[in-house]
Amino acid sequence: MSQPTDQPSNTGRREFLAGATGVAAATVVAPGVFLQSVANAAPRDTAVSSDVRYGMLIDTSKCADGCNDCVTACDKENGLDMLVKPEGADDELWDMQRPRWIRTVKLRNNLTGHVSTLPMMCQHCEHPPCVDVCPTGASFRRADGIVMVDRHTCIGCRYCMMACPYNARSFIHEAVQFKLTATPRGKGCVESCNLCVQRRDNGGTTTACQDACKQGAIVFGDLKDPNSAVSQAMSKYPTVQIRADLKLNTGVRYTDV
Amino acid sequence: MKGKFGLSLLMALCLGLCGGLGVVYAGEGVEGSAKADRLDACVAPTAFMRRNHFELIEHQRHITVHEGIRKTDNSLAGCIDCHVRRDAQGSPVPVNAPGEFCAACHEYAGASLDCFTCHATKPTGN
Repeated sequence: MSQPTDQPSNTGRREFLAGATGVAAATVVAPGVFLQSVANAAPRDTAVSSDVRYGMLIDTSKCADGCNDCVTACDKENGLDMLVKPEGADDELWDMQRPRWIRTVKLRNNLTGHVSTLPMMCQHCEHPPCVDVCPTGASFRRADGIVMVDRHTCIGCRYCMMACPYNARSFIHEAVQFKLTATPRGKGCVESCNLCVQRRDNGGTTTACQDACKQGAIVFGDLKDPNSAVSQAMSKYPTVQIRADLKLNTGVRYTDV
Repeated sequence: MKGKFGLSLLMALCLGLCGGLGVVYAGEGVEGSAKADRLDACVAPTAFMRRNHFELIEHQRHITVHEGIRKTDNSLAGCIDCHVRRDAQGSPVPVNAPGEFCAACHEYAGASLDCFTCHATKPTGN
């Protein structure tokens, strides 16, 4: 990682640590700092490499019940809010089937009754089951660890949706009228969180969900860089992978679950 | 005789008015309003582009999706940004609308165009 991108990362780390002790005021500043570098950065001109592995740490203790900010920001960034319910479609079916890259999930410990709320999205596994089952190679893992769908080769068979243990993938059932240049989308393809890949390739250092989280519960960064905010936080706090028993080595980790 | 003359005079007047004012309906691309119209050549000579633009786009789509390379001349977003025309109000007209840059040839040749099932047909800013 180059020097300028290191700066905000360290700021993020400090805020993450500060936030853990209840000081969350400074987190609002961080997204602004990052956005500056997004605006000034140039598009990528070399291939992504496995020297980095992108991932996230989500502090569920900061995740407020009923808060939906990360989902809303994700919808806006990736054009999901532009989708319209097909005419005559059943309300319940539309709610169930409409594409969502982040879901808010509530977990309850049956023994203690403790409830935690967390955002659940593609976990960007090192050994992704969706890639294993894809018959066309459309579902793939990029060198930098981002698991995504190449819509040019996706045939819409939805094996990946069945294989994903995290229920992270959505299918586009109907023709899409409004789409953004950065996030193409069309009928008959599967899609899921791609860690805001358009930001990654244009020099951005944050994700939309991270920028939107007022609590600073989401830290994004390079898991292979020991100095990145996310690595520093992970070395400091106990973290878990959801369904670690599947040995997928997820790129998205959680604390306080 | 006099009536006929009057009618043709009226028609001539109407045609003249329409021609003279260059009536452009909303949603119709204005000639010369694309960035490309003000440039000498595309990313390669026009003759090459006419035959081979799809080779370039297809190659580009692979390296963009799989390798993350976005800094290049051959991106579809770049094609659209440069070739999209604007209507009289200055808003971009979709490149796949009848008579617009992509549709004009593809409709004539009967070669179906699948890019825009997923891709935006006019620049959206992001």
